[in-house]
Amino acid sequence: MMPELGKYAGAVLSSYGVSLLLLAGLVAVSVWRSRRTARALREVEERVRNG
Amino acid sequence: MIALFIRDVRLAVRAGGGFGLGLAFFLIVVVLVPFALGPETALLSRIAPGVLWIGALLACLLSLDRIFALDFEDGTLDLIATSPLPLEGVCAAKALAHWVTTGLPLVVAAPVLGVLLSLPAAGYPWLVVSLLVGTPALSVIGTFGAALTVGIKRGGLLLSLLVLPLYVPTLIFGAEVARAGAGDLAVETPLVLLAAVTCVTIALLPFASAAVLRMNLR
Amino acid sequence: MASIWEYANPKKFTATAERLLPVLAVLAVVALATGLIWGFFFTPDDYRQGSTVKIIYLHVPSALMAINTWLMMLAASLIWLIRRHHVSALAARAAAPVGAVMTVIALLTGAIWGQPMWGTWWAWDPRLTSFLILFLFYLGYIALWSAIENDDTAADLTSVLCIVGSVFALLSRYAVNFWNQGLHQGASLSLDKEKNVADVFYHPLLLCIAGFVLLFVALVLLRTVTEIRARRTRALLARERMA
Repeated sequence: MMPELGKYAGAVLSSYGVSLLLLAGLVAVSVWRSRRTARALREVEERVRNG
Repeated sequence: MIALFIRDVRLAVRAGGGFGLGLAFFLIVVVLVPFALGPETALLSRIAPGVLWIGALLACLLSLDRIFALDFEDGTLDLIATSPLPLEGVCAAKALAHWVTTGLPLVVAAPVLGVLLSLPAAGYPWLVVSLLVGTPALSVIGTFGAALTVGIKRGGLLLSLLVLPLYVPTLIFGAEVARAGAGDLAVETPLVLLAAVTCVTIALLPFASAAVLRMNLR
Repeated sequence: MASIWEYANPKKFTATAERLLPVLAVLAVVALATGLIWGFFFTPDDYRQGSTVKIIYLHVPSALMAINTWLMMLAASLIWLIRRHHVSALAARAAAPVGAVMTVIALLTGAIWGQPMWGTWWAWDPRLTSFLILFLFYLGYIALWSAIENDDTAADLTSVLCIVGSVFALLSRYAVNFWNQGLHQGASLSLDKEKNVADVFYHPLLLCIAGFVLLFVALVLLRTVTEIRARRTRALLARERMA
Protein backbone atom coordinates (compact mmCIF):
# COMPACT_ATOMS: atom_id res chain seq x y z
CA MET A 1 0.00 0.00 0.00
CA MET A 2 2.80 2.43 0.86
CA PRO A 3 4.02 4.15 -2.28
CA GLU A 4 7.69 3.96 -3.17
CA LEU A 5 9.11 7.28 -2.03
CA GLY A 6 12.70 6.58 -2.98
CA LYS A 7 15.51 8.59 -1.48
CA TYR A 8 13.24 11.50 -0.59
CA ALA A 9 11.07 9.48 1.81
CA GLY A 10 12.36 11.40 4.82
CA ALA A 11 11.57 14.78 3.32
CA VAL A 12 8.07 13.86 2.17
CA LEU A 13 7.09 12.04 5.34
CA SER A 14 8.48 14.69 7.66
CA SER A 15 6.72 17.50 5.82
CA TYR A 16 3.41 15.63 6.03
CA GLY A 17 4.06 14.85 9.66
CA VAL A 18 4.95 18.39 10.63
CA SER A 19 2.04 19.94 8.75
CA LEU A 20 -0.59 17.55 10.03
CA LEU A 21 0.75 17.92 13.54
CA LEU A 22 0.52 21.71 13.34
CA LEU A 23 -2.98 21.60 11.89
CA ALA A 24 -4.11 19.11 14.51
CA GLY A 25 -2.62 21.28 17.22
CA LEU A 26 -4.40 24.35 15.91
CA VAL A 27 -7.72 22.52 15.75
CA ALA A 28 -7.21 21.04 19.21
CA VAL A 29 -6.40 24.40 20.78
CA SER A 30 -9.36 26.05 19.06
CA VAL A 31 -11.80 23.37 20.15
CA TRP A 32 -10.43 23.31 23.68
CA ARG A 33 -10.69 27.08 24.06
CA SER A 34 -14.17 27.03 22.54
CA ARG A 35 -15.36 24.44 25.07
CA ARG A 36 -13.79 26.29 27.96
CA THR A 37 -15.27 29.67 27.10
CA ALA A 38 -18.66 28.11 26.42
CA ARG A 39 -18.61 26.53 29.87
CA ALA A 40 -17.44 29.73 31.53
CA LEU A 41 -20.19 31.73 29.84
CA ARG A 42 -22.84 29.18 30.85
CA GLU A 43 -21.71 29.34 34.46
CA VAL A 44 -21.76 33.12 34.56
CA GLU A 45 -25.13 33.32 32.82
CA GLU A 46 -26.66 30.87 35.25
CA ARG A 47 -25.30 32.78 38.19
CA VAL A 48 -26.71 36.02 36.80
CA ARG A 49 -30.12 34.42 36.29
CA ASN A 50 -30.24 32.84 39.75
CA GLY A 51 -28.45 35.48 41.77
CA MET B 1 3.53 73.22 16.47
CA ILE B 2 6.92 74.89 16.29
CA ALA B 3 6.80 75.45 20.03
CA LEU B 4 5.99 71.79 20.54
CA PHE B 5 8.88 70.81 18.32
CA ILE B 6 11.32 73.03 20.19
CA ARG B 7 10.04 71.76 23.53
CA ASP B 8 10.54 68.14 22.46
CA VAL B 9 14.03 68.78 21.21
CA ARG B 10 14.91 70.57 24.45
CA LEU B 11 13.54 67.77 26.59
CA ALA B 12 15.47 65.18 24.60
CA VAL B 13 18.75 67.06 24.75
CA ARG B 14 18.52 67.75 28.46
CA ALA B 15 20.21 65.20 30.73
CA GLY B 16 18.28 61.97 31.03
CA GLY B 17 16.48 62.63 27.77
CA GLY B 18 18.30 59.87 25.98
CA PHE B 19 19.93 62.14 23.46
CA GLY B 20 23.40 60.69 23.84
CA LEU B 21 22.11 57.21 24.54
CA GLY B 22 21.29 56.38 20.93
CA LEU B 23 24.67 57.59 19.77
CA ALA B 24 26.48 55.59 22.45
CA PHE B 25 24.48 52.53 21.51
CA PHE B 26 25.37 53.01 17.85
CA LEU B 27 29.05 53.25 18.78
CA ILE B 28 28.90 50.10 20.89
CA VAL B 29 27.17 48.04 18.19
CA VAL B 30 29.79 49.07 15.66
CA VAL B 31 32.62 48.30 18.09
CA LEU B 32 31.18 44.89 18.95
CA VAL B 33 30.91 43.73 15.35
CA PRO B 34 34.66 43.26 14.78
CA PHE B 35 34.86 41.38 18.09
CA ALA B 36 32.29 38.93 16.80
CA LEU B 37 33.57 38.61 13.24
CA GLY B 38 37.32 39.04 13.60
CA PRO B 39 39.50 42.02 12.73
CA GLU B 40 40.05 41.12 9.07
CA THR B 41 39.94 44.41 7.15
CA ALA B 42 38.66 43.04 3.84
CA LEU B 43 35.67 41.36 5.49
CA LEU B 44 34.87 44.40 7.62
CA SER B 45 34.97 46.81 4.71
CA ARG B 46 32.62 44.54 2.79
CA ILE B 47 29.99 44.42 5.53
CA ALA B 48 30.52 47.97 6.84
CA PRO B 49 27.54 49.59 5.03
CA GLY B 50 25.14 46.94 6.28
CA VAL B 51 26.46 47.04 9.84
CA LEU B 52 26.21 50.82 9.97
CA TRP B 53 22.63 50.68 8.72
CA ILE B 54 21.64 48.03 11.23
CA GLY B 55 23.32 49.99 13.99
CA ALA B 56 21.52 53.19 13.04
CA LEU B 57 18.22 51.34 12.88
CA LEU B 58 18.61 49.80 16.33
CA ALA B 59 19.80 53.07 17.84
CA CYS B 60 16.72 54.72 16.38
CA LEU B 61 14.51 52.06 17.90
CA LEU B 62 15.99 52.66 21.33
CA SER B 63 14.50 56.11 21.83
CA LEU B 64 11.11 55.50 20.20
CA ASP B 65 9.14 54.74 23.34
CA ARG B 66 10.08 58.17 24.71
CA ILE B 67 8.18 59.97 21.97
CA PHE B 68 4.79 59.71 23.66
CA ALA B 69 5.29 57.73 26.87
CA LEU B 70 6.45 60.58 29.14
CA ASP B 71 3.81 62.99 27.85
CA PHE B 72 1.18 60.30 28.27
CA GLU B 73 2.14 59.57 31.86
CA ASP B 74 2.03 63.13 33.14
CA GLY B 75 -1.08 64.01 31.17
CA THR B 76 0.57 66.45 28.80
CA LEU B 77 -0.62 64.38 25.88
CA ASP B 78 -4.26 64.89 26.87
CA LEU B 79 -3.66 68.63 27.02
CA ILE B 80 -2.02 68.60 23.62
CA ALA B 81 -4.85 66.51 22.19
CA THR B 82 -7.53 68.90 23.46
CA SER B 83 -5.64 71.94 22.21
CA PRO B 84 -6.63 73.42 18.85
CA LEU B 85 -3.58 71.86 17.22
CA PRO B 86 -4.44 69.10 14.75
CA LEU B 87 -3.18 65.82 16.12
CA GLU B 88 -1.69 64.97 12.73
CA GLY B 89 0.52 68.03 13.05
CA VAL B 90 1.46 67.02 16.58
CA CYS B 91 2.55 63.60 15.34
CA ALA B 92 4.55 65.15 12.51
CA ALA B 93 6.24 67.57 14.92
CA LYS B 94 7.04 64.75 17.34
CA ALA B 95 8.50 62.66 14.52
CA LEU B 96 10.57 65.61 13.35
CA ALA B 97 11.85 66.20 16.88
CA HIS B 98 12.77 62.53 17.15
CA TRP B 99 14.61 62.71 13.87
CA VAL B 100 16.52 65.85 14.82
CA THR B 101 17.60 64.39 18.15
CA THR B 102 18.25 60.81 16.99
CA GLY B 103 18.43 60.47 13.23
CA LEU B 104 20.54 63.52 12.50
CA PRO B 105 23.27 62.71 15.08
CA LEU B 106 23.40 59.19 13.68
CA VAL B 107 23.94 60.56 10.18
CA VAL B 108 26.76 62.75 11.45
CA ALA B 109 28.34 59.93 13.47
CA ALA B 110 28.11 57.28 10.76
CA PRO B 111 31.15 58.36 8.70
CA VAL B 112 33.29 58.45 11.85
CA LEU B 113 32.23 54.94 12.72
CA GLY B 114 32.76 53.95 9.10
CA VAL B 115 36.46 54.51 9.68
CA LEU B 116 36.40 51.90 12.44
CA LEU B 117 35.00 49.37 9.96
CA SER B 118 37.35 50.50 7.16
CA LEU B 119 34.54 51.50 4.87
CA PRO B 120 35.89 52.06 1.31
CA ALA B 121 36.45 55.74 0.53
CA ALA B 122 33.82 55.79 -2.22
CA GLY B 123 31.20 54.69 0.28
CA TYR B 124 31.24 57.69 2.64
CA PRO B 125 29.15 60.16 0.65
CA TRP B 126 26.56 57.53 -0.25
CA LEU B 127 26.39 56.23 3.30
CA VAL B 128 25.63 59.72 4.55
CA VAL B 129 23.15 60.36 1.75
CA SER B 130 21.34 57.06 2.30
CA LEU B 131 21.07 57.65 6.04
CA LEU B 132 19.98 61.23 5.49
CA VAL B 133 17.20 60.11 3.16
CA GLY B 134 16.27 56.99 5.09
CA THR B 135 16.28 57.98 8.77
CA PRO B 136 13.27 60.35 8.52
CA ALA B 137 11.22 57.32 7.47
CA LEU B 138 12.51 55.45 10.51
CA SER B 139 11.39 58.28 12.80
CA VAL B 140 7.94 58.58 11.21
CA ILE B 141 7.33 54.83 11.27
CA GLY B 142 8.60 54.74 14.83
CA THR B 143 6.19 57.49 15.82
CA PHE B 144 3.36 55.36 14.49
CA GLY B 145 4.60 52.41 16.54
CA ALA B 146 4.95 54.58 19.63
CA ALA B 147 1.41 55.90 19.15
CA LEU B 148 0.13 52.33 18.89
CA THR B 149 1.73 51.22 22.13
CA VAL B 150 1.36 54.40 24.15
CA GLY B 151 -1.28 53.01 26.51
CA ILE B 152 0.55 49.77 27.21
CA LYS B 153 2.74 49.38 30.25
CA ARG B 154 6.12 47.92 29.39
CA GLY B 155 5.34 48.33 25.72
CA GLY B 156 9.00 48.63 24.71
CA LEU B 157 9.44 45.06 23.54
CA LEU B 158 6.09 45.05 21.77
CA LEU B 159 7.05 48.30 20.11
CA SER B 160 10.16 46.69 18.61
CA LEU B 161 8.17 43.70 17.42
CA LEU B 162 5.67 45.99 15.70
CA VAL B 163 8.09 48.49 14.25
CA LEU B 164 10.94 46.31 13.00
CA PRO B 165 8.94 44.56 10.23
CA LEU B 166 7.83 48.00 9.06
CA TYR B 167 11.49 49.01 8.74
CA VAL B 168 12.22 46.30 6.18
CA PRO B 169 11.75 48.30 2.96
CA THR B 170 13.75 51.26 4.26
CA LEU B 171 16.53 48.99 5.46
CA ILE B 172 16.69 47.09 2.18
CA PHE B 173 16.87 50.17 -0.02
CA GLY B 174 19.07 52.16 2.37
CA ALA B 175 21.64 49.42 2.82
CA GLU B 176 21.55 48.79 -0.92
CA VAL B 177 22.45 52.43 -1.61
CA ALA B 178 25.30 52.33 0.91
CA ARG B 179 26.55 48.99 -0.40
CA ALA B 180 26.36 49.99 -4.04
CA GLY B 181 28.07 53.28 -3.21
CA ALA B 182 30.89 51.50 -1.39
CA GLY B 183 31.34 49.16 -4.35
CA ASP B 184 31.35 51.94 -6.96
CA LEU B 185 28.13 50.67 -8.50
CA ALA B 186 25.09 52.60 -9.74
CA VAL B 187 23.08 53.92 -6.78
CA GLU B 188 20.31 55.79 -8.58
CA THR B 189 17.59 53.12 -8.54
CA PRO B 190 17.73 52.16 -4.84
CA LEU B 191 18.23 55.80 -3.88
CA VAL B 192 15.11 56.87 -5.75
CA LEU B 193 13.14 54.00 -4.24
CA LEU B 194 14.43 54.84 -0.76
CA ALA B 195 13.38 58.46 -1.24
CA ALA B 196 9.98 57.28 -2.45
CA VAL B 197 9.45 55.14 0.64
CA THR B 198 10.46 58.04 2.86
CA CYS B 199 8.18 60.52 1.08
CA VAL B 200 5.17 58.20 1.22
CA THR B 201 5.66 57.41 4.91
CA ILE B 202 6.08 61.08 5.78
CA ALA B 203 2.98 61.97 3.80
CA LEU B 204 0.66 59.25 5.09
CA LEU B 205 1.80 57.86 8.42
CA PRO B 206 1.20 60.98 10.56
CA PHE B 207 -2.50 60.53 9.77
CA ALA B 208 -2.39 56.91 10.91
CA SER B 209 -0.43 57.91 14.02
CA ALA B 210 -2.97 60.60 14.86
CA ALA B 211 -5.88 58.19 14.36
CA VAL B 212 -4.24 55.63 16.60
CA LEU B 213 -3.44 58.25 19.22
CA ARG B 214 -7.08 59.36 19.30
CA MET B 215 -8.15 55.76 19.89
CA ASN B 216 -5.64 55.43 22.70
CA LEU B 217 -6.68 58.63 24.41
CA ARG B 218 -10.41 58.00 24.16
CA MET C 1 -32.11 36.25 1.14
CA ALA C 2 -31.16 38.11 4.24
CA SER C 3 -28.55 40.84 4.08
CA ILE C 4 -25.06 39.84 5.14
CA TRP C 5 -25.11 42.60 7.76
CA GLU C 6 -27.62 40.62 9.80
CA TYR C 7 -24.70 38.50 10.88
CA ALA C 8 -23.23 41.55 12.56
CA ASN C 9 -25.59 40.60 15.38
CA PRO C 10 -23.49 38.33 17.62
CA LYS C 11 -26.47 36.18 18.64
CA LYS C 12 -27.51 35.58 15.08
CA PHE C 13 -23.90 34.98 14.03
CA THR C 14 -23.37 32.46 16.80
CA ALA C 15 -26.55 30.58 15.96
CA THR C 16 -25.73 30.37 12.28
CA ALA C 17 -22.10 29.50 12.94
CA GLU C 18 -23.11 26.69 15.26
CA ARG C 19 -25.42 25.30 12.61
CA LEU C 20 -22.80 25.58 9.87
CA LEU C 21 -19.85 24.32 11.86
CA PRO C 22 -20.50 20.56 11.83
CA VAL C 23 -21.22 20.61 8.11
CA LEU C 24 -18.11 22.64 7.35
CA ALA C 25 -15.93 20.52 9.61
CA VAL C 26 -17.07 17.30 7.95
CA LEU C 27 -16.62 18.78 4.48
CA ALA C 28 -13.16 20.07 5.38
CA VAL C 29 -12.04 16.72 6.75
CA VAL C 30 -13.44 14.86 3.74
CA ALA C 31 -11.85 17.22 1.21
CA LEU C 32 -8.51 17.29 3.00
CA ALA C 33 -8.39 13.56 3.56
CA THR C 34 -9.39 12.73 -0.01
CA GLY C 35 -7.02 15.27 -1.48
CA LEU C 36 -4.07 14.29 0.65
CA ILE C 37 -4.62 10.54 0.28
CA TRP C 38 -5.12 10.93 -3.45
CA GLY C 39 -2.02 13.05 -3.69
CA PHE C 40 0.09 10.92 -1.42
CA PHE C 41 -0.79 7.45 -2.63
CA PHE C 42 -2.14 7.76 -6.15
CA THR C 43 -0.10 10.33 -8.02
CA PRO C 44 3.09 9.56 -9.92
CA ASP C 45 6.47 11.00 -9.02
CA ASP C 46 7.67 13.99 -10.95
CA TYR C 47 10.43 13.02 -13.38
CA ARG C 48 12.75 15.70 -12.03
CA GLN C 49 11.69 16.20 -8.44
CA GLY C 50 10.96 12.56 -7.61
CA SER C 51 8.61 11.94 -4.74
CA THR C 52 9.17 15.37 -3.18
CA VAL C 53 6.49 16.69 -5.51
CA LYS C 54 3.98 15.25 -3.04
CA ILE C 55 4.84 18.10 -0.67
CA ILE C 56 3.00 20.42 -3.06
CA TYR C 57 -0.34 19.27 -1.60
CA LEU C 58 0.55 20.91 1.69
CA HIS C 59 2.88 23.67 0.59
CA VAL C 60 0.75 25.45 -2.00
CA PRO C 61 -2.57 25.43 -0.08
CA SER C 62 -0.97 26.61 3.15
CA ALA C 63 0.90 29.38 1.34
CA LEU C 64 -2.32 30.48 -0.34
CA MET C 65 -4.15 30.51 2.96
CA ALA C 66 -1.32 32.41 4.65
CA ILE C 67 -1.84 35.32 2.27
CA ASN C 68 -5.63 35.05 2.02
CA THR C 69 -5.96 35.06 5.81
CA TRP C 70 -4.23 38.40 5.94
CA LEU C 71 -6.54 39.72 3.21
CA MET C 72 -9.54 38.48 5.16
CA MET C 73 -8.21 40.20 8.28
CA LEU C 74 -7.75 43.38 6.24
CA ALA C 75 -11.35 43.23 5.02
CA ALA C 76 -12.65 42.52 8.52
CA SER C 77 -10.59 45.39 9.94
CA LEU C 78 -11.99 47.79 7.36
CA ILE C 79 -15.53 46.65 8.13
CA TRP C 80 -14.88 47.20 11.83
CA LEU C 81 -13.44 50.67 11.32
CA ILE C 82 -16.23 51.74 8.98
CA ARG C 83 -19.32 50.00 10.31
CA ARG C 84 -18.29 49.16 13.90
CA HIS C 85 -19.55 45.57 13.88
CA HIS C 86 -17.95 43.76 16.78
CA VAL C 87 -18.22 40.38 15.11
CA SER C 88 -16.00 41.67 12.33
CA ALA C 89 -13.24 42.76 14.69
CA LEU C 90 -13.44 39.49 16.59
CA ALA C 91 -13.29 37.51 13.34
CA ALA C 92 -10.06 39.30 12.43
CA ARG C 93 -8.69 38.46 15.84
CA ALA C 94 -9.79 34.84 15.48
CA ALA C 95 -8.19 34.49 12.06
CA ALA C 96 -4.73 35.77 12.97
CA PRO C 97 -3.37 32.65 14.72
CA VAL C 98 -4.76 30.47 11.92
CA GLY C 99 -2.88 32.59 9.41
CA ALA C 100 0.28 32.41 11.48
CA VAL C 101 0.09 28.61 11.60
CA MET C 102 -0.51 28.49 7.84
CA THR C 103 2.58 30.64 7.30
CA VAL C 104 4.64 28.34 9.50
CA ILE C 105 3.41 25.29 7.57
CA ALA C 106 4.26 26.94 4.26
CA LEU C 107 7.73 27.89 5.52
CA LEU C 108 8.46 24.49 7.07
CA THR C 109 7.27 22.40 4.14
CA GLY C 110 9.15 24.78 1.88
CA ALA C 111 12.33 24.28 3.87
CA ILE C 112 11.93 20.51 3.87
CA TRP C 113 11.29 20.60 0.13
CA GLY C 114 14.14 22.98 -0.54
CA GLN C 115 16.70 20.82 1.21
CA PRO C 116 16.82 18.00 -1.39
CA MET C 117 15.91 20.22 -4.37
CA TRP C 118 18.09 23.29 -3.90
CA GLY C 119 20.55 21.69 -1.50
CA THR C 120 19.66 24.16 1.26
CA TRP C 121 16.98 24.50 3.93
CA TRP C 122 16.78 28.20 3.57
CA ALA C 123 17.76 30.72 0.96
CA TRP C 124 17.19 34.44 1.08
CA ASP C 125 14.92 34.14 -1.87
CA PRO C 126 12.26 36.85 -2.36
CA ARG C 127 9.30 34.54 -1.85
CA LEU C 128 10.76 32.88 1.21
CA THR C 129 11.80 36.19 2.69
CA SER C 130 8.41 37.79 2.10
CA PHE C 131 6.76 34.92 3.90
CA LEU C 132 9.08 35.29 6.83
CA ILE C 133 8.19 38.99 6.97
CA LEU C 134 4.51 38.10 6.74
CA PHE C 135 5.00 35.81 9.72
CA LEU C 136 6.56 38.70 11.67
CA PHE C 137 3.50 40.81 10.85
CA TYR C 138 1.23 38.08 12.19
CA LEU C 139 3.29 37.92 15.39
CA GLY C 140 3.09 41.67 15.88
CA TYR C 141 -0.64 41.69 15.23
CA ILE C 142 -1.33 38.89 17.71
CA ALA C 143 0.97 40.46 20.30
CA LEU C 144 -0.81 43.80 20.04
CA TRP C 145 -4.21 42.16 20.47
CA SER C 146 -3.13 40.38 23.60
CA ALA C 147 -1.36 43.40 25.08
CA ILE C 148 -4.35 45.75 25.27
CA GLU C 149 -6.99 45.25 27.91
CA ASN C 150 -9.85 47.32 26.54
CA ASP C 151 -11.50 45.26 23.79
CA ASP C 152 -12.66 48.13 21.61
CA THR C 153 -9.35 49.98 21.77
CA ALA C 154 -7.57 46.76 20.90
CA ALA C 155 -9.86 46.21 17.93
CA ASP C 156 -9.28 49.77 16.72
CA LEU C 157 -5.53 49.67 17.08
CA THR C 158 -5.06 46.26 15.51
CA SER C 159 -7.28 47.28 12.61
CA VAL C 160 -5.08 50.27 11.88
CA LEU C 161 -2.00 48.09 12.30
CA CYS C 162 -3.49 45.59 9.84
CA ILE C 163 -4.06 48.29 7.23
CA VAL C 164 -0.66 49.93 7.65
CA GLY C 165 0.92 46.48 7.82
CA SER C 166 -0.71 45.49 4.53
CA VAL C 167 0.83 48.46 2.79
CA PHE C 168 4.23 47.71 4.25
CA ALA C 169 3.96 43.98 3.54
CA LEU C 170 3.29 44.80 -0.10
CA LEU C 171 6.16 47.28 -0.10
CA SER C 172 8.46 44.69 1.45
CA ARG C 173 7.45 42.20 -1.20
CA TYR C 174 8.70 44.52 -3.94
CA ALA C 175 11.72 45.64 -1.96
CA VAL C 176 12.73 42.03 -1.42
CA ASN C 177 12.22 41.27 -5.10
CA PHE C 178 14.54 44.10 -5.93
CA TRP C 179 17.07 42.98 -3.37
CA ASN C 180 17.62 39.43 -4.53
CA GLN C 181 16.65 37.29 -7.47
CA GLY C 182 15.41 33.98 -6.31
CA LEU C 183 15.58 30.23 -6.54
CA HIS C 184 11.86 29.78 -6.17
CA GLN C 185 9.87 28.96 -9.26
CA GLY C 186 7.03 31.17 -10.42
CA ALA C 187 3.44 30.62 -9.42
CA SER C 188 2.36 26.99 -9.54
CA LEU C 189 -1.21 27.85 -10.35
CA SER C 190 -2.44 30.13 -13.05
CA LEU C 191 -5.39 30.43 -15.35
CA ASP C 192 -3.04 30.00 -18.27
CA LYS C 193 -3.17 26.27 -18.96
CA GLU C 194 0.34 26.09 -20.41
CA LYS C 195 2.01 27.36 -17.24
CA ASN C 196 -0.02 25.22 -14.91
CA VAL C 197 1.17 22.08 -13.18
CA ALA C 198 0.27 18.83 -14.95
CA ASP C 199 -3.29 17.59 -14.54
CA VAL C 200 -2.31 14.53 -12.49
CA PHE C 201 -1.06 16.84 -9.77
CA TYR C 202 -3.60 19.56 -10.41
CA HIS C 203 -6.82 17.77 -9.46
CA PRO C 204 -5.75 16.47 -6.04
CA LEU C 205 -4.13 19.86 -5.44
CA LEU C 206 -7.42 21.63 -6.07
CA LEU C 207 -9.10 19.29 -3.63
CA CYS C 208 -6.45 20.03 -1.00
CA ILE C 209 -6.87 23.76 -1.53
CA ALA C 210 -10.63 23.35 -1.08
CA GLY C 211 -9.94 21.37 2.08
CA PHE C 212 -7.66 24.09 3.47
CA VAL C 213 -10.20 26.79 2.67
CA LEU C 214 -13.01 24.85 4.35
CA LEU C 215 -10.82 24.13 7.34
CA PHE C 216 -9.94 27.80 7.56
CA VAL C 217 -13.58 28.90 7.43
CA ALA C 218 -14.58 26.33 10.03
CA LEU C 219 -11.73 27.31 12.34
CA VAL C 220 -12.44 31.03 12.00
CA LEU C 221 -16.13 30.50 12.72
CA LEU C 222 -15.33 28.39 15.76
CA ARG C 223 -12.77 30.85 17.05
CA THR C 224 -15.00 33.85 16.39
CA VAL C 225 -17.79 32.26 18.38
CA THR C 226 -15.24 31.61 21.11
CA GLU C 227 -14.21 35.27 21.10
CA ILE C 228 -17.83 36.40 21.21
CA ARG C 229 -18.48 34.18 24.21
CA ALA C 230 -15.30 35.23 25.96
CA ARG C 231 -16.27 38.86 25.49
CA ARG C 232 -19.76 38.30 26.78
CA THR C 233 -18.36 36.49 29.80
CA ARG C 234 -16.06 39.40 30.55
CA ALA C 235 -18.93 41.85 30.19
CA LEU C 236 -21.16 39.85 32.53
CA LEU C 237 -18.40 39.49 35.09
CA ALA C 238 -17.73 43.21 34.97
CA ARG C 239 -21.42 43.96 35.51
CA GLU C 240 -21.50 41.53 38.41
CA ARG C 241 -18.59 43.28 40.06
CA MET C 242 -20.28 46.64 39.62
CA ALA C 243 -23.51 45.47 41.21
